[in-house]
Amino acid sequence: MKPFVKPAALALAALLTLTACGTAGGDAPAAQGPKPLRMTIWTSNEAHLKLFDEIAAEYRKTHPGVGEITFDPIPFESYTTTLTTQIAGGNAPDLAWILESSAPDFVSSGALAPLDDTLRKAPGYGFDDLTPSAVKLWQAEGKLYAYPFSTSPFGVFVNTDLLKEAGQQSPAEMIEDGAWTWEKVAAQNTAVVAETGKAGMVVRDFDYKGWDNLATVWGGWGAQAWSEDGRTCGFDSPEMVEAMTFLHKSIFTDKAFPGPGTTADFFAGDAAMTITQISRASLLQEATFGWDLVPLPAGPKGEYSVIGQAGLGVFKNSPNAAAATDFLAFFTNPANSAKLAAYFPPPRASQLTADTLAKSNPLLKPDQLQKVVISGIEKGVVKPNHTGQAELSQTVRAALDPLWQPGADVKAVLGGVCAKVAPMLGT
Amino acid sequence: MRRRDNLVGYLLITPQLVGSVLFVLLPLGLVGWYSLHEWNVLAGTFEFVGGENYDRLLADANLPQVLGASALFSVGLVVLNLALALLLAVLLNQRLRGTTFFRTVFFSPVVVSLVAWTIVWRFLLQDDGGLNGLLAAAGAEGPNWLRGEGTAMLSVIVVQVLKNVGLNMVLFLAALQGVPAQLYEAAELDGAGARTRFLRITVPLISPTILLTSIITVVGSLQVFAQIAVLTQGGPGVSTTVLVYYLYQQAFQFHHFGYGATLSVLLFVIVAVLTLVQWRMRRRWVFHET
Repeated sequence: MKPFVKPAALALAALLTLTACGTAGGDAPAAQGPKPLRMTIWTSNEAHLKLFDEIAAEYRKTHPGVGEITFDPIPFESYTTTLTTQIAGGNAPDLAWILESSAPDFVSSGALAPLDDTLRKAPGYGFDDLTPSAVKLWQAEGKLYAYPFSTSPFGVFVNTDLLKEAGQQSPAEMIEDGAWTWEKVAAQNTAVVAETGKAGMVVRDFDYKGWDNLATVWGGWGAQAWSEDGRTCGFDSPEMVEAMTFLHKSIFTDKAFPGPGTTADFFAGDAAMTITQISRASLLQEATFGWDLVPLPAGPKGEYSVIGQAGLGVFKNSPNAAAATDFLAFFTNPANSAKLAAYFPPPRASQLTADTLAKSNPLLKPDQLQKVVISGIEKGVVKPNHTGQAELSQTVRAALDPLWQPGADVKAVLGGVCAKVAPMLGT
Repeated sequence: MRRRDNLVGYLLITPQLVGSVLFVLLPLGLVGWYSLHEWNVLAGTFEFVGGENYDRLLADANLPQVLGASALFSVGLVVLNLALALLLAVLLNQRLRGTTFFRTVFFSPVVVSLVAWTIVWRFLLQDDGGLNGLLAAAGAEGPNWLRGEGTAMLSVIVVQVLKNVGLNMVLFLAALQGVPAQLYEAAELDGAGARTRFLRITVPLISPTILLTSIITVVGSLQVFAQIAVLTQGGPGVSTTVLVYYLYQQAFQFHHFGYGATLSVLLFVIVAVLTLVQWRMRRRWVFHET
């Protein structure tokens, strides 16, 4: 324990003794007996948790030295904040999911234990089966610091009933005609809004704040938030200006996207289309409308795809780091990876076939899986990420705010974003 | 005997004392200590950097805007809250039918959960929300309240005023009922109008309560957090990023715990100075103290 934590820890210990309200803490030194493991995750979905518990129970059968394995859900919105607060408070979990936006921070910080040796040694693990595009974000200096637990492409879910009602072609027909482009898709949404009074295209989780989700739109123009090496701001590039001009016009003039401060839930039938990750398909289990899942529309630069990722890492400072790494190797071995593929598309090349995925994704048709998931993972670029992402993200959010006004000067606003962001990228 | 009394006294205050030391004094000291360090939670490093965080504070380009937003919020909140609370208290102090009902109505938001209250208001204030729906029914087009540079701050202030005005109202009401009725009678006989009576009798006699409510409200306004987090997240731009929200961002979102601690020290100094100034001023403008 570091000296500075001591006064706080001592005080806390004194307090707990005084009030006798100490909980059975995960980091209480259990000198003898099985060691418990704790893993923080962002899902609280019952089916997900049940599957995790099953895998954990199976692992414990052969590993009596490991005690209870707890999966500790933290809400998505505050996930990273809560996780770092736990670390700051000396209560770090043994394992944690890490969202792609904070991947560079976690990977470069030295907080995580390297996984390569354990995973390579695990019998039948097939380390080389992991696709290079999926592991790239989680590597530093040739070492893997988190397993790309979920590699989930973005696609467009379409409410085919609403399109029919507005007299529009179905997405399948559009794709066949080679007309599945942003321009045509925006026009369709404008028509749906005019005809049905429902909302058009919803970029899920954007809500005029989570701007990194817009990568699913500006990718079609070949625009980037910043350059590949993370040193040059891309918001004032001609591609970005063109993409954002399109988006601004579609929002404020054509009403193809719901405006700021308007809520519309596609999965409740309130919108014609939504861009989100395919793992949201589970929300359509009880859908009362016809729907389809198709790839992102092509932009002026042609077709493109975007993936969202989550990694699974082990904290180096955990007293149970070795056991946690061993459990991670079990949790993500080929057999379990196939089970997890029901909800989290795997990074394993051998499992990225329409057949394997169809078994575990009964809601999706093989054709949808092939077009959106498999080719998405092969070609996809990850959403924007950078060291110091939280601060950078907040700065971009604030600088982009003036864009979400009807009369905004797109080029000037984007120039302003770069003026704010450039000094932060230089480092 | 006296010693014994002292011992019993100390024993009686021990629980409160322990709580204060553990939860107030110790964290206060630790925050000061942290502010002298660069603390990277992820890398697990904690290095003494002396006054570096304070240099950064002075050079922080965001800070003037943040302090400006805090000042705007505090001034807006205090003026609106105290004025409305006093007005309501005076109105509800009349001997009229239904005052009990209205007292309950205005006080009830005080006991509602802050976050629940704020979330409901977020729905009311969004572009296609309840408020604009009402305005549309009346033939007017409302602004996008939480998204406009000026209206966002105004919205946060009004939501907070409506939440807490009842508390100050009750305090004022109690003070008003403590003003002796014969003073008004005498003033009336001397020919004083309603305005003069209010300014020359009511205000001086309830001045201790005005001081109390203004201190509570000013200090409370500097601690506003949940409302900002729920309604605007500091936006649009940084127009509603008040000091507490900014230090939360620095410490918990950007992982600059050392700098976050430095901002807390700044907040502590501001609150301490403001309270001291108000306390000093009481001799000047508080007419009587009980």
